[in-house]
Amino acid sequence: MFNWISQIFAVTRFSIRSLPQRKGSSAAALAGIAGVVAVMIGVLSIAQGILKTMESSAGEENAIVLRSGSDSEMMSGLLGDDTRIIAEAPGIARNDIGAMASAELFVIINLPMRSTGTDANVPLRGVKAQAVHLRENFKLIEGRMFEQGLNEVIVGQGAQHEFAGLEIGASIEVAQEFWPVVGVFETGGGLAESEIWVDAAVLQPAFRRGNSYQSVYVKLESRDAFDEFKDSLTSDPRLNVKPMREAEYYDSQSTIVYNMITGLGSLIAVIMGLGAIFGALNTMYTAVAGRSREIATLRALGFRAGPVVISVLTESLLLAFLGGLLGAGLAWLAFDGFRAATLNWSSFSAITFAFDVNTSLLAQGIFFAMLIGLIGGLFPAIRAARMPVAHALREL
Amino acid sequence: MKYFYLIFSNLKRKKLRTGLTLLSIMVAFVLFGYLTAIQQAFVAGVEVAGADRLIVRHKVSLIQLLPKNYESKIEQIDGVDNALHATWFGGIYQEPKNFFAQMPMEPEDLFDMYPEYIISDEHKAAWLESRSGVLAGRGLVERFGWKLGDRIPINATIWMKKDGGRTWEFDLVAIYDGAEKGTDTSQFFFRYDFFDETRANGQGLVGWYTVRVTDPDRAAEVAAAIDAKFANSPRETKTEPEGAFVQGFANQIGNIGFIIMSIMSAVFFTILLVAGNTMAYTVRERTNELAVLKAIGFTDRGVLGMVLGESLALTTLGGAIGLGLAWLLVSMGDPTNGSFPVFYIPVRDLLIGCILIVAMAFVAGIIPALQAQKLQIADALRR
Repeated sequence: MFNWISQIFAVTRFSIRSLPQRKGSSAAALAGIAGVVAVMIGVLSIAQGILKTMESSAGEENAIVLRSGSDSEMMSGLLGDDTRIIAEAPGIARNDIGAMASAELFVIINLPMRSTGTDANVPLRGVKAQAVHLRENFKLIEGRMFEQGLNEVIVGQGAQHEFAGLEIGASIEVAQEFWPVVGVFETGGGLAESEIWVDAAVLQPAFRRGNSYQSVYVKLESRDAFDEFKDSLTSDPRLNVKPMREAEYYDSQSTIVYNMITGLGSLIAVIMGLGAIFGALNTMYTAVAGRSREIATLRALGFRAGPVVISVLTESLLLAFLGGLLGAGLAWLAFDGFRAATLNWSSFSAITFAFDVNTSLLAQGIFFAMLIGLIGGLFPAIRAARMPVAHALREL
Repeated sequence: MKYFYLIFSNLKRKKLRTGLTLLSIMVAFVLFGYLTAIQQAFVAGVEVAGADRLIVRHKVSLIQLLPKNYESKIEQIDGVDNALHATWFGGIYQEPKNFFAQMPMEPEDLFDMYPEYIISDEHKAAWLESRSGVLAGRGLVERFGWKLGDRIPINATIWMKKDGGRTWEFDLVAIYDGAEKGTDTSQFFFRYDFFDETRANGQGLVGWYTVRVTDPDRAAEVAAAIDAKFANSPRETKTEPEGAFVQGFANQIGNIGFIIMSIMSAVFFTILLVAGNTMAYTVRERTNELAVLKAIGFTDRGVLGMVLGESLALTTLGGAIGLGLAWLLVSMGDPTNGSFPVFYIPVRDLLIGCILIVAMAFVAGIIPALQAQKLQIADALRR
């Protein structure tokens, strides 16, 4: 047994020491695997970024109420009276200004994207005073809050980054009026950073909404208060509404786009991975062929087939690991935190997000690389072990 | 002829290596074909947009509606041939992932405005007769396996019915085909009169207008005239060419072209390394043979051509199989299960693929080929 292990070490050291002699083909295989891993991580980090934006939008104790049958705020509609009844429901937390509920309006306006100059559907949200207390981590990073009742807006930092004309002092044109931008806010990531906020009472007449809203955001006393809150609303004969936990709501908002990007990214990664496997196979077969005399000599000296297989596999896994590491590193450098905007189909509005290269993606990438290395090394390894000694010694 | 034979024999001598290299080149071209189809799904709308058509929408946002009486006002403007309104219905067929566009339209104007929708006179007549009738694109009909006469329930998300219901029922009475490959046949048109009578609110309001101008060269001028006409009214408009509108929409989804280009560059770079490496090997292994060939009278240039030819044979074979496979894969349907309006590999991109095949052969083969060309017979034979 000990002999067997020491054989593995001996042969493996031998094959790895001889790597520099096969620089060209080894480097090609390594770069190939790095390319696959970088593309895979890059594409999947888009989906991760969107998911992260959605997830960090959701407050643990928060819930959102829409009209029953609506899948997004855009489709929803609630009368002013409905929103008052909702705000009185049991389970809602209170602070010094009262029940922590904000009836909100959600519309879109056209603003040019900085990148292309073409219009984007930028979300414009009418909020109540409580809105800033409902979004955890809400913080003004520049300027001031809008005044209640005035035509002033504050903009999320994501929106300011992606869309033109949202600097403090600039103004947006709504309903033939110009509404000045007075502040910039962040919410620690999250969907709200893609939005422009204004007093709901100002937005209602501008979009001819009378006294109606589209959603009510609430903060509950605790996570467990949700069931009570939900039951009281759904059993109220005056209301026809759908209360959801925020986490559940945002999850449903991102499913389509997340699944699409992840599906596409995986498909591309698998096809590219196949290409890399062929490349790795080629490299390892060539490596084995180049060393057939060495291997035969070792076998003639009494080295067993197992250690030979393991040494070839180790070499290919080492190459794959280095390739994976390189690819993952490149992807991390190039994509992590890269900001972009896309269209959220469920609300028909723009969302801004940052590509998210997280550790789980990096691990996935390196794992995928090792898988390529394993398959790429296995067959050549078996061939090496099976090589007839006498025949191989005679080669070349 | 002798070169063909030599190239062929050389490829055959290490079948496994040749096979693996072919497969990796093939993979690159499968991806190339597939990704161009995805890109095409996003840009096809821009390519087939009518140069003589403008889109008029609410200046502030697409979700705000315009009065139906703008139609006659627009048609009065000099240079306007016809105006057609449309409204986004945004309903759901069975489940949200079955997304497709539904729009109430004026039937007669629709046929006039979109000559690229090909529809038989019988189907036209059937649609004009049936109030709850639907004109659906061929692609959409095939996606869900509908048949003429089918009753199709759509759940409204925006437009509730007067009776408070959400489920609108339509009868499939007509099907249109696309005149071009890029024509969107994933749409679902129903009659505006039925829509306006049945919806609970918003009577007399429509989403946007498509306007055809008499002279495409005057399109910009007409667009400005339309916007001027409604300036300072409660509902101001923004008018732009159909192509620009579609492009703007595609831009919102993201810089698809750039993402796909980046992926493709990574793929080709990778495969180039693999193929180049293989070629380098074949030349290094055969140094002796090449020297012998030169010794018996093959010219330097002949040897160069032979190595390049070998590289070209590899990439052509792998590339052709790859493009073929991509074509098969694409014709099996799009990855979103039918949400893309069109999904095919354009001829232009097939041609680019062919150019790439040749380019790849050259880049992968040129260094080994030059080495082979420079071989000194005496040196090489001694190695």
